[in-house]
Amino acid sequence: MQGKDTAGLIVLILGLAAVPWVIGNDYYLGVLIFAAFNCLTCIGLCLLMGYAGQISLGHGAFVAIGAYTSGILTTTLGWSPWAAMGAAVLLVTGVAAIVGIPTLRLKGHYLAMATLGFASIIHILAVATVDLTGGPSGLLDIPRLSIFGYPLDSDRRYFYFSWAVVVVGLYVAFNLINSRVGRGLRALHGSEDAAASLGVNITAYKIQVFIMSAVYASVSGSMYAYYVNYIDPGPFGVMHSVLLVTMVAVGGMYRIWGAFTGAVLLSLLPEMLSFATDYLQVIGIAYKPDYDILVYGTILLIIMLFLPEGVFDGLGRAVRAGKQMIRR
Amino acid sequence: MLEKKAEHILWLENIRKVFGGVVAVDDLTIGVEKGSVTSVIGPNGAGKTTVFNLITGFLSPSSGRIVYSGRALNRLRPHRIASLGIARTFQNVRLFPQMTVLENVMVGRHLRSAAGIFFSSALPPAWRREEARIRQEAMDWLEFVGLTGHARAIAGNLPLGSQRMLEIARALAIEPHLILLDEPAAGLNSRETIAMGELIEKIRQQRMTVVLVEHDMELVMDISDRVLVINFGRLIGDGTPEAVQDDPDVIAAYLGE
Ligand SMILES: Nc1ncnc2c1ncn2[C@@H]1O[C@H](COP(=O)(O)OP(=O)(O)OP(=O)(O)O)[C@@H](O)[C@H]1O
Ligand SMILES: [Mg+2]
Repeated sequence: MQGKDTAGLIVLILGLAAVPWVIGNDYYLGVLIFAAFNCLTCIGLCLLMGYAGQISLGHGAFVAIGAYTSGILTTTLGWSPWAAMGAAVLLVTGVAAIVGIPTLRLKGHYLAMATLGFASIIHILAVATVDLTGGPSGLLDIPRLSIFGYPLDSDRRYFYFSWAVVVVGLYVAFNLINSRVGRGLRALHGSEDAAASLGVNITAYKIQVFIMSAVYASVSGSMYAYYVNYIDPGPFGVMHSVLLVTMVAVGGMYRIWGAFTGAVLLSLLPEMLSFATDYLQVIGIAYKPDYDILVYGTILLIIMLFLPEGVFDGLGRAVRAGKQMIRR
Repeated sequence: MLEKKAEHILWLENIRKVFGGVVAVDDLTIGVEKGSVTSVIGPNGAGKTTVFNLITGFLSPSSGRIVYSGRALNRLRPHRIASLGIARTFQNVRLFPQMTVLENVMVGRHLRSAAGIFFSSALPPAWRREEARIRQEAMDWLEFVGLTGHARAIAGNLPLGSQRMLEIARALAIEPHLILLDEPAAGLNSRETIAMGELIEKIRQQRMTVVLVEHDMELVMDISDRVLVINFGRLIGDGTPEAVQDDPDVIAAYLGE
C-alpha cells in the first residue's frame, strides 16, 4: 500500500465514523448501506477491469449467488449466517472458475460474452427454481447477522458493519495491486506479450483475479440478503451487472478510488434524481423512475466516448488545461 | 551439414514455420554456442523475428524441434520458457508504459520471487521482506544499464534510447542464461548505438549467451563472435564476422542479387 492510499483510508474511516452522527435519518443511512454493497462489488470489479483488463458483464450474478446461497442456507437449512456466507464464497469460487477458466484461456473479450450469458442464466434460475429460491415471490425471513452475539439490528450498526467490510475490501485491493501479483497484473494490462516473456503466467492471473472479484461480489450479496432479510430475482437482472460496470467506468477503472467513488455516486444518483423530479415537475416535465435506466445508459455512453479514464481523470485534465490557459 | 554439439546452449533443427501460404522460416538448422554473442542478420522479412518468436514460445513451429540446454522447448508457453532462463526484447519496444521505470524492472524479478495472490492481498508490501529485496535487485539492474536516475519516471515517457535500455534491464532482471535482442539499436543515434554495443559487451561478461538480431552492420561486426545470415527463412551464411562479410552469397542477398 502506498502512502497516499493509507492516508485516504484513514480519512475515509474517520469520515465514515462521523456519518451516522450527521445523518440521523434511517432512510438515508439505508441508502448509504446499499452504496456500501455496490462499492464492495465495484472494488473487485475494478481489479478485474482496470488491472487484469477484462470485462465482466455478469457480476450481478455473483451478487445473486451470494445473496441466494445465504438466503437458502439460513432459511431452509437453518445454517448460521456466517457459515452460509462462507459457503457462498466457496460456491462462487467454483462457479467463477467454471466460467473463467475456459474463456480466459482465449485471447480477447470472451469473458464479457460468457458472463453476459451466465448472468441471464442465473436470473432465469432464480425465477424458475421456485422450490429452491421461492421464484418470483422470493425468500422471506432471512435472519440478521450478529457479531459475537451482538446483533446488527439497527441501520446504524449495519452501516458501520458494511462500511467496515468495504474498508477491508479496499485494504486488500491496495495490498494486491502494490504486490508482486499486482505488478504482474498491471504488466499484463500494459503488454501481455512482454509480461509473458518475463515469466508472468497471464492466464492464471486473469483467472485468479476474476475469481477474487467474484468473491467480492458474493460477500456483497450475502450482506445484502442479511440486511433486507428478503430477496427476490428483481434486483439481479442483467441490467444490474451493466450498472456495476458503469459505476466502475464512471469513477475510472484504472484506480481503485475511482471505482469506489463511481459506486458511491451512482448509488446515490436515484436519490438525486428523485429530488430532481420535484423540480422538473415544476417546469412541467414528468420524470418517472423508469427513466433511471436511460440516465445510466447516457452516462455510460458519455463516459466511454469522452472520458474513457473516468470523470476524475477528465476533471484532472480539465484543471491542468485550465491552468495552462491562465498561464498563457 | 551442421551437427548438434555439447557447447550449444540452443539448437534449432529443421525448423519450418508457415503462415497461410507464406514460408517465413524454411528448414532452418542453427546452433548457438554457450557464452557467445551470435548475430542473426538478413534483409527485411527474412524471418529473424519469427525465429525469436519460435524460440520463446510465442509461435510454435510447423515442423522441426528446438532444444535448449538439453530440453525440448516445443509447445511450452512463453512464461514457462522464460522460467527456463530465456529472456528477450521486442523489435517494437514493449514496455509497461503506465508503470514506472523501476516497476518495469521489478516485474522482471517475478520469477525470482514467490508471493501468491493470497499473501499479496493479506499483507501490505511494507511488511513483506520480499518486496524490499525485489526493489533492491531491480535497482541493481537499472544501475547495470545506467538508468538509476530515471527510476521513478513513467516508462512511457522515456526517450526511445532509454526505453530500449530499460527493456533490456527488465529482461536481464530474470537472470537469464540466454538473452535474445531484437534490433536493440533500431532508431538510436550513433552515440546511443555505441552505448548499446558497450552494454551488450557487459552482458556477455555476465556469462550470458546473447543472440542479436540487428541491421546496424558496424555494431554486428564489432561485437559478434559469429554471424548467421538468413534470407527467405533459409540459412545462407554462417561464420565469423570477417568470413560472412566476404561471402558472395551474403553480398548478393544484401544487394538484392
Ligand atoms: N504472425 C504472422 N502472421 C503472418 N505472417 C507473418 C507473421 N509474422 C511474420 N510473418 C511473415 O513472415 C515473414 C518473416 O517476417 P519476420 O518478421 O520474421 O521478418 P524479419 O526478418 O524480422 O524482418 P525485419 O527485419 O523487417 O524485422 C514476413 O513475410 C512476414 O510478413
Ligand atoms: Mg524483425
